[in-house]
Amino acid sequence: MKTVEEIKAAIEAAVSGAGVEVIPNPSVSGQQSLRISPFHAVAVATFLRDDGDLSLDFLSNASGVDWLDKEISEKVKVTRTVTKTVEGVEQQVEETVEETQKRVVPGCLEVVYHLFSIAKGHGPVVIRMKTVNRSDQVGLPSLTPIWRSAEFQEREIFDLFGVVFSGHPDLRRLLMWDEFKDHPMRRDYVEPDDFEYEPTAHDEVLKRAQEHRAKLAADQGVAKA
Amino acid sequence: MSTSGFVQDKEKLPGWNRPPHIEPDGEGELLEVAMGPHHPSTHGVFRMDVALDGERVIRLKPVFGYLHRNHEKIAEGSSYLASMPFTDRLDYMCPMTNNWAYALAVEKLTGQEVPERAQYLRVIVGELTRVVNHASAVGFLIQEMGASGTPLMYAFKEREKILDLFEELTGARMMVNYMRFGGCRVDATAAWLDGVRKVLAGLPKFTDEFERLLTGNEILMARTQGVGILRPELAVNAGVTGPMLRASGVNYDIRKVDGYGIYNRFKFRVPLGEHWDVYDRFMIRLLEMRESFSIIEQALKDIPAGPVMDPKAKLRGFRPKPGEAYGRIEAPKGELGFYLISDGGPNPYRYRIRPPSLINLTVLEDMCLGANVADVVLIFGSVDIVLGEVDR
Repeated sequence: MKTVEEIKAAIEAAVSGAGVEVIPNPSVSGQQSLRISPFHAVAVATFLRDDGDLSLDFLSNASGVDWLDKEISEKVKVTRTVTKTVEGVEQQVEETVEETQKRVVPGCLEVVYHLFSIAKGHGPVVIRMKTVNRSDQVGLPSLTPIWRSAEFQEREIFDLFGVVFSGHPDLRRLLMWDEFKDHPMRRDYVEPDDFEYEPTAHDEVLKRAQEHRAKLAADQGVAKA
Repeated sequence: MSTSGFVQDKEKLPGWNRPPHIEPDGEGELLEVAMGPHHPSTHGVFRMDVALDGERVIRLKPVFGYLHRNHEKIAEGSSYLASMPFTDRLDYMCPMTNNWAYALAVEKLTGQEVPERAQYLRVIVGELTRVVNHASAVGFLIQEMGASGTPLMYAFKEREKILDLFEELTGARMMVNYMRFGGCRVDATAAWLDGVRKVLAGLPKFTDEFERLLTGNEILMARTQGVGILRPELAVNAGVTGPMLRASGVNYDIRKVDGYGIYNRFKFRVPLGEHWDVYDRFMIRLLEMRESFSIIEQALKDIPAGPVMDPKAKLRGFRPKPGEAYGRIEAPKGELGFYLISDGGPNPYRYRIRPPSLINLTVLEDMCLGANVADVVLIFGSVDIVLGEVDR
């Protein structure tokens, strides 16, 4: 089978403007992946399926991943000009200081597809796409028209992660009920406060029960007043 | 047909892989039936919303989630090892293969080696699991055609013997929690291996009996032949795997393709279907059981002495290096895969299961459209699902 670099070159030759990025995998599994841009995803996927050498006819697994906003603190060497008094004379001196800088890498939702070829017997080729952010721009193109096996899996990702797939023929919740509001597989998902009385509450449950009772009491106080 | 049994058809129009639209004949009204979630034929809590024109199915939408417990979320909150017993509860008919798939994925992630004896034990218990699953699936088929009880109990009689073996080995009949990253939890005694030989000696007689029941039975042939046809190109496109894919004539068995574990040392054949219908799906299962007997026999002959756990394997304080891995095996129901992302912590950052039962149901509507409502039960049974895995 071709290496990821060769596949990247083949995609870029076939689909003009498809920005493909190789994502390294530091684990020993050696399964590197290709990040494709959502704008060319359908063209790239069609190429991967129909290309004679690759013929990745089988989409095995589609998986959502939630990446939270990440604060990275890194040590950076900063050179700046400072005015210093050296031996009674004011001088402009260049000084290099090590500083800790913090920056926030914005989070995103990612969808990972594992492709295999049944005709050729090779795989996996891993492709991934990511959304712009985690709140209002969570749209991605659906690959269900190309590989039908994505149908239920993309519905599941829509349900549990909240990625909205455009071009999906039947995008509804799969596992949760239709009236459900949140997306439970997100990393920052908070369980609803539907605590039920437990006769021997202890530890975490006791804490939760107390919070629940306090909240209930406050709500009732508001209602009475 | 090529050797892989599948030729790609590039001249397909958009939408070729969607279920066809079926027009009602215009007489009378449509009847909408909710089959399930407590219908006895649904193998658990599963619902099909079916629209009927007389007896004919013109729309079928599966409804999932009655057994959903968000296993993936729970696994992200617990350590790698803590999810091992939970995988038993996915496809509770085949706990051993679930264990194996998860162990394989983690071993891929960390590069963990597995000792020889453990590899052989994994093959033996894995193939015994396949026998349990396929025997039950065939038993349920005959049950669903109305032969209440007796044939299924024949199948369960054999299943019982194998579950007794599992109990002797692991302490539990179904929730075995047997495999570990880098081997198996306990070693098998010589007496246990003799027990396997003894059970194995009786199994071909059982399949002979069952096959006579299947191949010769007129009612069974009338009910299953030509029913629920699944074309190979649609099966591949829809990600159908396991016996269902091979019944559609596509030669794809992960034991052969990946040769995971030590499967490339064994000689076995991959049976393929010719008519792509319900009858083929069940014949394939019977034939695969025979191949499993042969694999177990070979494994019992060659099993070496030695440790069953890699002494360097780490169970406590297990923290894989950052990275990701996708490991898959040929479970009795199809391709069971685990996709793991590690961020270097004690819990997986992402833990995803590729459930064969759920993905094989993608084509349920395609197979059922135009069929009689009584055949829906049979077609659904031929997919062979377990709801613990579908809903996770």
